[in-house]
Amino acid sequence: MQRLYRILFHLRSVLAIVAALAVGSLLIIAAGSNPIEAYKTLFHGAFFDYWGFAATLVKMSPLLLAGLAVVLPLRAGLFNIGAEGQIYIGALFATIAALYLPVLPGPVHILICTLAGALGGALWALIPALLKAYQGINEIIVTLLLNFVALHFVSFMVSGPMIEPGAPYPYSPEIPDSLFLPHILPCSDAHFGVLVGIVIAIGMYIVFRRGVSGFTLATVGRNPEAARYAGISVKRHIIVSFMIAGACAGLAGTFEVLGHRYRLFHAFSQGYGYDGIVVAFLAGLNPFLAILSSMFIGGLRSGANMMQRAMGIETTVVEAIQGLVILFVAMSLAFRYRATAIGQAITRRKELEQALDEQTRDKKT
Amino acid sequence: MSAYKLSLEGISKSFGAVTANDRVTLRVRPGTVHAVLGENGAGKSTLMNVLYGLYRPDEGRILIDGRDVVIDSPRAALAAGIGMVHQHFMLVGQLTVTENIVLGMKGQGLKLDLASHRRKIAKLSQSFGFEIDPTADVMKLPIGMQQRVEILKLIYQNAEILILDEPTSVLTPNETGPFFELLERLKSAGKTILFITHKLEEVMAIADDVTVMQGGKVKASLAKSETDPASLARTMVGRDVLFQVKRSAHSTGEPVLRLADVSANNARGLKALDRVTFEIRAGEVFGIAGVDGNGQAELAEVISGLRPVESGRIHVSDTDVTQASISDRARRFGVAYVPEDRHRDGLVLDESVAQNMILRTYNRRPFARFGFFDRSAIRDHAERLASAFAVRLQSVDQEVRYLSGGNQQKVILARELEGAPRVLVVAQPTKGLDVGAIEFVQQQILAQRDRGVAVLYISTELEHLLDVCDRVGVLFRGKLMDTIGSDDATPERVGLLMAGVAA
Repeated sequence: MQRLYRILFHLRSVLAIVAALAVGSLLIIAAGSNPIEAYKTLFHGAFFDYWGFAATLVKMSPLLLAGLAVVLPLRAGLFNIGAEGQIYIGALFATIAALYLPVLPGPVHILICTLAGALGGALWALIPALLKAYQGINEIIVTLLLNFVALHFVSFMVSGPMIEPGAPYPYSPEIPDSLFLPHILPCSDAHFGVLVGIVIAIGMYIVFRRGVSGFTLATVGRNPEAARYAGISVKRHIIVSFMIAGACAGLAGTFEVLGHRYRLFHAFSQGYGYDGIVVAFLAGLNPFLAILSSMFIGGLRSGANMMQRAMGIETTVVEAIQGLVILFVAMSLAFRYRATAIGQAITRRKELEQALDEQTRDKKT
Repeated sequence: MSAYKLSLEGISKSFGAVTANDRVTLRVRPGTVHAVLGENGAGKSTLMNVLYGLYRPDEGRILIDGRDVVIDSPRAALAAGIGMVHQHFMLVGQLTVTENIVLGMKGQGLKLDLASHRRKIAKLSQSFGFEIDPTADVMKLPIGMQQRVEILKLIYQNAEILILDEPTSVLTPNETGPFFELLERLKSAGKTILFITHKLEEVMAIADDVTVMQGGKVKASLAKSETDPASLARTMVGRDVLFQVKRSAHSTGEPVLRLADVSANNARGLKALDRVTFEIRAGEVFGIAGVDGNGQAELAEVISGLRPVESGRIHVSDTDVTQASISDRARRFGVAYVPEDRHRDGLVLDESVAQNMILRTYNRRPFARFGFFDRSAIRDHAERLASAFAVRLQSVDQEVRYLSGGNQQKVILARELEGAPRVLVVAQPTKGLDVGAIEFVQQQILAQRDRGVAVLYISTELEHLLDVCDRVGVLFRGKLMDTIGSDDATPERVGLLMAGVAA
């Protein structure tokens, strides 16, 4: 009995998905279609069709990187709700590097654009990190609000200074085609970005499991006082974890420009940064599982288009299903709440908050 | 009418492979204080939770006044007349004493007549000498009074049998005496009290009968008049316990740790240390006595580097370490620190024993190479330390959370002592430990002294200080009052200094 319970517990994300699909099928019936047929179309389109799978990978690339941008700081109990803004600033930096630097050999220039994008995201994430580390200001609020700043700043840039002459709506000129990311599936849109995301995810997974920095980051989250006693700088870990997270999200934006759209559009991200939170929680904050969860969410998105074309079911149904997945993942936390990675992350956040509070108070006096 | 108010007959309870209670029998005479004595992990709490209805026993019977009862919930326990005061109180701070006592009582009807409850509670409080104002907000009461509210609540709900789980752990020494007087009054009013403790002196002070548990079994059950502290300790630990740790004659060397005019603030920014000056020689144990909160915690933190100084200098041998970082002090200058709060500072409870053993050397070879851990080196290291310090555990991969307090302290000691420190700062190392563990900790400290380490031993437990230290200084409101050699340090003399009376 206990074993069964444990198996169910480990499968809670899968169960959440099944439950969400079950409730979603009611919505499909309400929309006047056969849910089994609809899901068949959806998943066939997303995973078992060459072009469809390529479309899934295109969506997976930013989702995975944004998901990692949420997973990493949560290891220390910090919520990064700002992946969306970091995506925008990353894309902006990459586009500037692509358009205004003197032309270099393709691969070198791609590398520079990529680094510029990562840097942009990291700098954007540095703002909440500094405010958190030195003033104890709530990072959830700062990251969330900075998303809107970033969104509108990019809109401004592509409406004015960077606009393509004669463009009907705000977007930048196209980047030189020497900077287009290579495709990984011939004749499709699936680009190299998704591979970069997978490599980073695996690297993060290994560092979390075996790495010294994975241990120090977790220690900062688990017991900041003991971390200080061990000689681990809590402030430095807040700043570094946020900057790496920002860099991941910045890469997500970069690859959208270099691999998919080839220009900077205003409002191009459509909430990938927020979907990253879904990816992270569905993966139970495990970077390796984030590969699977981002592929699933990406598949839902691309399959939804197929479903709409083939059966006339609105894609909003799929958005509802995605919302239900979140709801059920949240409900699954109720079971053995403390034991889950997410539950622990929330506890860590509280402890970190208290410790920072004491330290900043020490400092001010 | 049975001779016993309460009897537990052959109670067994296991959790998985672990047997927490093994056919435990406990018989309590009416109107007595019955102590249940045992080390941490002896199964006392499990037994009380069975009695209180939080656990169902695997086998065994519970009888009250000779009649079988089934207790499957705290409510059923209370209905049977059993009430329990936990170590962590179950009070609502924002409510008044009366509201807290009435909270959760059955049979209130639709209208809650607080005024009549308040009158009855005031009368009850007066008759037993609780000295509680029923209209006071609970959160404004000192912790000792909150404990009384918990007890008053049980009496008001007609509990006949009171279970008190380590009740003195939240009390100051000055509060313990009046608390015991209160228990005497409750006893003479016919209440039966089960007193859970690991402190021998409390058993001798208050109990009529005592049941000693060890490893989930009852080792002895006898009247207090038939026993003495030494034999109780032997029964509890399972071997002889030396109350006087042996101090060998020795010579001290050069001064190793020197503090000159050190001042520091506490977490609230108030002055906690006021121009403290002293030195400790190699091979010397310097004790710091004082009532808790007179700057002891800050002193330890200043030396280990966790807290910055406002003014003054700290030297280790001839090096000025005042500005050195925490890790430099630990690793380069050999300042080992056993913090007072094991759970807050000394350990990461969610991590394994092995990881905690390298908490301050985690990025050193052989544990880490090129940014990655060498698991087998860490395990070997932990297993070596665990056996050297006799840490009782199932595996070094076990989370340190699941170790008993004494074994957690051993993990910290093992870690701090293994780097062959030059200075050892220990803050309240015996807090919450049972006699066996206390003896072990003190022996380790003396072994370091004999190795030539300069030891700073901070404790509020005067008798432990006087057992171990060569010299004792007293902190009072952040000032070092006076320093006395251990031969001249009588409890009376140190006690006066602790109260701020200069010699």
